[in-house]
Amino acid sequence: MEKEEVKKIIYALVEASTGKKKLKQSDILKKVSADHGIEKDEVKAALRDLVDAGTLIFTYFGGSFIEIPPK
Amino acid sequence: MSKKYDTPMLDELEKGAFPSFVTEIKRAAAHSDMSNDLLGHTETCYKERVTHWKHGGIVGVRGYGGGVIGRYSDMPDKFPGVAHFHTVRLNSPSGFYYKADALVELCDLWDKYGSGLTNIHGSTGDLVFLGTRTENLEPFFAETSSRGWDLGGSGSALRTPSCCLGKSRCEWANIDTMAITNDITQHYQDEMHRPAFPYKFKFKVAGCACDCIASIARADMSIIGTWKGNIRVNQAEVANYAKTMNIQAEIIDMCPTGCMKLDGKELRIDNANCNRCMHCIAKMTKALRPGTEQGATLLLGSKAPIVTGALMSWVIVPFIKMEPPYEEFYELIDKIWEWWDENGKNRERIGELIERLSFPRFLKEVGLEPSPAMVKEPRRDPFFFWAEEDIER
Ligand code: HEM
Ligand code: HEM
Ligand code: SF4
Ligand code: SF4
Repeated sequence: MEKEEVKKIIYALVEASTGKKKLKQSDILKKVSADHGIEKDEVKAALRDLVDAGTLIFTYFGGSFIEIPPK
Repeated sequence: MSKKYDTPMLDELEKGAFPSFVTEIKRAAAHSDMSNDLLGHTETCYKERVTHWKHGGIVGVRGYGGGVIGRYSDMPDKFPGVAHFHTVRLNSPSGFYYKADALVELCDLWDKYGSGLTNIHGSTGDLVFLGTRTENLEPFFAETSSRGWDLGGSGSALRTPSCCLGKSRCEWANIDTMAITNDITQHYQDEMHRPAFPYKFKFKVAGCACDCIASIARADMSIIGTWKGNIRVNQAEVANYAKTMNIQAEIIDMCPTGCMKLDGKELRIDNANCNRCMHCIAKMTKALRPGTEQGATLLLGSKAPIVTGALMSWVIVPFIKMEPPYEEFYELIDKIWEWWDENGKNRERIGELIERLSFPRFLKEVGLEPSPAMVKEPRRDPFFFWAEEDIER
């Protein structure tokens, strides 16, 4: 799968769980990898792009989570 | 800046023989509004017996998931100087060696971008810069990273590894602690800056069982230098010590395994029963030296009491050569982390997970051989177990 595709899937997943359940990096890797049959490393690389671009950010609330940055 | 607040409760903490953080904050307050408001804020917390700090949220600079610990005052109108009061961690160099001008430069930068207060070193090891505003994080990071510094670890990630000064100054180092710490730091940059673990993970590296870095109590993985074979004995120096020291009382009777004796003037060691505790070597520095086949013991599991009680690390690999490129070591670490990732709950340290699922299961699933050296604590050896397939029916 193209990296851009994976990035869209990750973003959609984080967006859908916003306000419901905070996702950890490993939650995202496990879910996207299982749902779409791609290697965790590939998901990780796509996620890293999103974080480097500031599209998604790490937050900390008694544990480290991936979230959409506040406006 | 002149004094803004009366702080009778904080003032109490300036009394007595020990250095006082209150005195230091007051000194910083002379030229920093942030530190001045910190005094007022903290006094209020003490008076009301409740914390007015909120935490969480912001954790880093662009691309990083750690290195910054977010703190906010819940009384920003009263104490605007500490409305934001984030902590920045910078990765400390192996062995904590600095050139004085580098430290001066960092302090100047912190006067410019933060409160001027630092904590060198925090319990985790990093250079800890206390108190800055969100908008100052990126500029401070840009200034420090352009000078070769990087953020340390925080959150559910690998924390900044640290070590005793090892071979750089200490003749007892059985491993090159500084080289190992630097290698681990470089090898696991991703694990340090992009938190992906159930909770924090710390490495601390000590050159010998004296454990000057206190790795056995403070690191999820303690790497402690040791040796195989015989302690090197210089009998002439033993005879010299006999003139000034009661060898029987101070050395032999205090050997935890009772494996030493005096044979006339000569010291005899039953090396097979020595557990390499370092007591005799540290006492008779001229007479005794560690053996020449050197390596490390790997221990796992220690932690301070946060979610459940405190744990000490216990042995998982009795002896491993720790030489570059450390392939065997990294393979094992990756397996341990995978097991933790598969089975760990949020905020569950590796030591707690092993306690929950059992040590035998950990050994089996990570592929380690049980051995009598895996003593959990004196008088509790968790290595006796049988799997279903071992039992003949
Ligand atoms: C007033 C009675 C007793 C006292 C005060 C006592 C005290 C102790 C102490 C202090 C230890 C050493 C524990 C350690 O090193 O961690 C020990 C070990 C032991 N005791 Fe006792 N004990 C008593 C009675 C008994 C009896 C009646 C038996 C057996 C029938 C027994 C069997 C053992 C055994 C098997 C060990 C382990 C030895 C080892 O692992 O080296 N004890 N006891
Ligand atoms: C087939 C019979 C037995 C087996 C296989 C057995 C096995 C063991 C084992 C493996 C330990 C742990 C040793 C250690 O961690 O250092 C132990 C400890 C101990 N056993 Fe037994 N045991 C048996 C019978 C007994 C009996 C009959 C007694 C007392 C009358 C006894 C008293 C103790 C004591 C007091 C300890 C604790 C020692 C300490 O904590 O220092 N055991 N036993
Ligand atoms: S832990 Fe051992 S090797 Fe390291 S500084 Fe202390 S005595 Fe020396
Ligand atoms: S190192 Fe410790 S156990 Fe070994 S002989 Fe010396 S005192 Fe005894």
